[in-house]
Amino acid sequence: MTAPTLGRRAFLEIAAGTGLWLAAGPLRVEASAPAPSGAAAAGLHPAAWVNVDPQGGVTVFLGYQEMGQGAYTNTAVIVAEELDADWATVRVVLADAGPGFGRMVTGGSSSVRRGFEPLRRAGAAAREMLVGAAAARWGVDPASCRTARGAVLHPASGRRAGYGELVAEAARLPVPENPRLKDPKDFTLVGRRTPRLDTPPKVRGTAVFGIDVRVPGMLHAAVARPPDPGGKVAAWDAARALAVPGVRRVVEVPSGIAVVATGTWAAFRGRDALGATFTPGPAGTLDSAAIARRVAEAPREPRPGRDEGDVERAIAAAATRISATYEMPFLAHAPMEPMNCTARVDASGAELWAPTQGPLRVRADVARALGLPEDKVVVHVTFLGGGFGRRLYDDFAVEAALVARAAGAPVQVTWTREDDFQGDWFRPCGRNEMRAGLDAKGNLVAWHALVRAPSISWQGSGNRTGEPGVLEGSIGMPYRAGAVRVEAAVPDVGVRLGAWRSVYASQNAFPDESFVDELAHAARRDPVEFRRAHLPPDHPLQAALALAAEKSGWGRKPAPGRARGVACYTCFGSSVAEVAEVSVEKGRIRVHRVVVAVSCGIAVNPDSVAAQMEGSVVYGLSAALRGEITFAKGAARELNFPDQDPLRLSEMPRVEVHVVPSTAAPGGIGEPGLPPVAPAVANAVFALTGQRLRSLPLRLKAAAAGRPSGTPSR
Amino acid sequence: MITLTVNGVPRQVDVPADTPLLWVLRDALALTGTKFGCGLGACGSCTVMLDGEAVQSCQVPVGDVRGRGVTTIEGLSPDGQHPVQRAWVADDVPQCGYCQPGQIVAAAALLARKPHPTDADIDDAMDGILCRCGTYERIRRAIHRAAREGAR
Repeated sequence: MTAPTLGRRAFLEIAAGTGLWLAAGPLRVEASAPAPSGAAAAGLHPAAWVNVDPQGGVTVFLGYQEMGQGAYTNTAVIVAEELDADWATVRVVLADAGPGFGRMVTGGSSSVRRGFEPLRRAGAAAREMLVGAAAARWGVDPASCRTARGAVLHPASGRRAGYGELVAEAARLPVPENPRLKDPKDFTLVGRRTPRLDTPPKVRGTAVFGIDVRVPGMLHAAVARPPDPGGKVAAWDAARALAVPGVRRVVEVPSGIAVVATGTWAAFRGRDALGATFTPGPAGTLDSAAIARRVAEAPREPRPGRDEGDVERAIAAAATRISATYEMPFLAHAPMEPMNCTARVDASGAELWAPTQGPLRVRADVARALGLPEDKVVVHVTFLGGGFGRRLYDDFAVEAALVARAAGAPVQVTWTREDDFQGDWFRPCGRNEMRAGLDAKGNLVAWHALVRAPSISWQGSGNRTGEPGVLEGSIGMPYRAGAVRVEAAVPDVGVRLGAWRSVYASQNAFPDESFVDELAHAARRDPVEFRRAHLPPDHPLQAALALAAEKSGWGRKPAPGRARGVACYTCFGSSVAEVAEVSVEKGRIRVHRVVVAVSCGIAVNPDSVAAQMEGSVVYGLSAALRGEITFAKGAARELNFPDQDPLRLSEMPRVEVHVVPSTAAPGGIGEPGLPPVAPAVANAVFALTGQRLRSLPLRLKAAAAGRPSGTPSR
Repeated sequence: MITLTVNGVPRQVDVPADTPLLWVLRDALALTGTKFGCGLGACGSCTVMLDGEAVQSCQVPVGDVRGRGVTTIEGLSPDGQHPVQRAWVADDVPQCGYCQPGQIVAAAALLARKPHPTDADIDDAMDGILCRCGTYERIRRAIHRAAREGAR
């Protein structure tokens, strides 16, 4: 392994709990260090992901980011599994932006799903080289050796060598291109509960998030930014900001006016003192009503995303025709750690400490903004205090680099919560117009979904090429229907749009799975039975639905005053069915229990699957019950938690997670648990009250809200 | 200069008296375990103990803390082995972990006051502390575990 960069060493220290302050010293930007195998005495480093050192320690370099989903631990589990490492010797380092990890993007529930094969191969390659070194040392056939707990063994002669003592010789061997992988039945770590490696520092308060980075000589900054995305700063009073104790500089950057101070509080106060005023941009007059009109009036795309059979004829000929329109709001991400980034820039280059979901993109965009070659920009990644998609966008990192350059000192830019809401890349709104036909037996014969939603990938460019992406989830409508059409209408809205946990599946599952429920009721059939009857027999949702129904007691009467609803969805390689049990208390929907059945292939760490399902349910419920960002004058109106209050502990339902047993490759777990939550709750509310709620967030109509609970209308 | 006692150690800071305790801890004293989340006392990420009582440090001017004792996550135990921390490890509570120092300090304050809290007590004590990752069930479980195992 080549010499570690400043940042890696710094983070090793932090990981070891030896200190918070980063290593001192002048800025030293190294060319990105590909890790040539075999070259260095420091260790065996057959792939970017893993290093075995001469003491036998195994370091897993996390080329994804840890934002709560468990990648920190579970990628190491996968490497250690194939390496037959001694788990007690395994530690994890958050990798800098660099080569050998692929795209390094943490999104799309990908860290285990996409990392599974490369991580297995990295561990297996290291193992094969260590076996080769031992076999050569002992003059035996490598095939006669085995490995266990960080050592190579030769059972015939009883010889044993620890990995550490073999590292120097192993590093001289060629890296195998196709190392042999274990048969999954031989897994000893994968598939079992492994406690998270990041829990101890997180409960001691020593885990370093972006906002906790401390660089010698560092100043703190806050930036006054226009409230609407295209707005400009019109005027400000630097002298008043500079009069605030602790404020050192006021600098102009493209995103706004930065106040640089000795502490965060002084920076916040200095920014307030600026009295900045703004000129609205092109979207500066838009409000929610105008956006809703644009959504409702957008023309259909010329070609449907999916078109099977003759939907119009099938609907015309159907015994029962049903249509319904559903509306989904914009949503904010609001991770608990507000956006922030620390940067230092000098003549030799730039160094950033970024809580980002995409360090390579940060490096490229910072290099472009500063006019530097990419190899003069080092991007260290910290723990992320939540991501949920927001940290895929790197505006906060580019801005920090520009502020640091203008300030002539290392700077940490911290966004207030209001900045974080206002400057979000919002989950798009949607308005889905659904139509379907049933035959006389109550079987589905036609399905038509028109998805009206602005496109994340098309925003801002005026370049409407490629897929708009808005049909995600809906296009895979799994039920057999004879004729199916799924199409899009894509308005331009003057709102910054971004991926939000499960992206378009988060909004399309609500109309899709509420509408299926409406169809089941119209057909006077049980909602679980109706779904299963229309799913292909081998669809993974079959097993998930059956398991969720069984574990929830579907078909048995719930407690008085409660009702159940079901929904299911497939996205990011996994299929999830959920049964929600609800009541109405004091006019408000109360969710008591959510039974989750997930078909996700091999559960690398079953406790992580459970945690991600619990998390998806909570994040989804916060949105379903209260989530909504509205706009006035082009800017978000909800700016802090009192305006947009997520679920709190007393409202937390019991979440029971069941995994459909499988030996298939892992599917995603970070997102697929979210889409079914809102429709499952809405379907339960219908079963309880007879109210079909077709808009999110779910709001009971006043009359029924006041009605005693437990009197189903049917 | 303002003198306050943080984690048992007298500290002097040279900041305006209206500076929120949160920023004194994080920026002046480099105790970054206590987190900033909302600045309004609405999220609880900044929870610390003030003379044993859980408070939101973003709402406490440092001038009000003169002569009083502040306990942060770093000071809860010398080795991270406070019963609440041990319970948190046993139940693998954290996901992203950002809110957890506030959750843990609030739980420790609750247990010091009420060694065997009911679910309703936990609701009351913990409802002010947001978690976006969805660790609430595990928090409840870990508080009961810490109570069983004798948090004081």
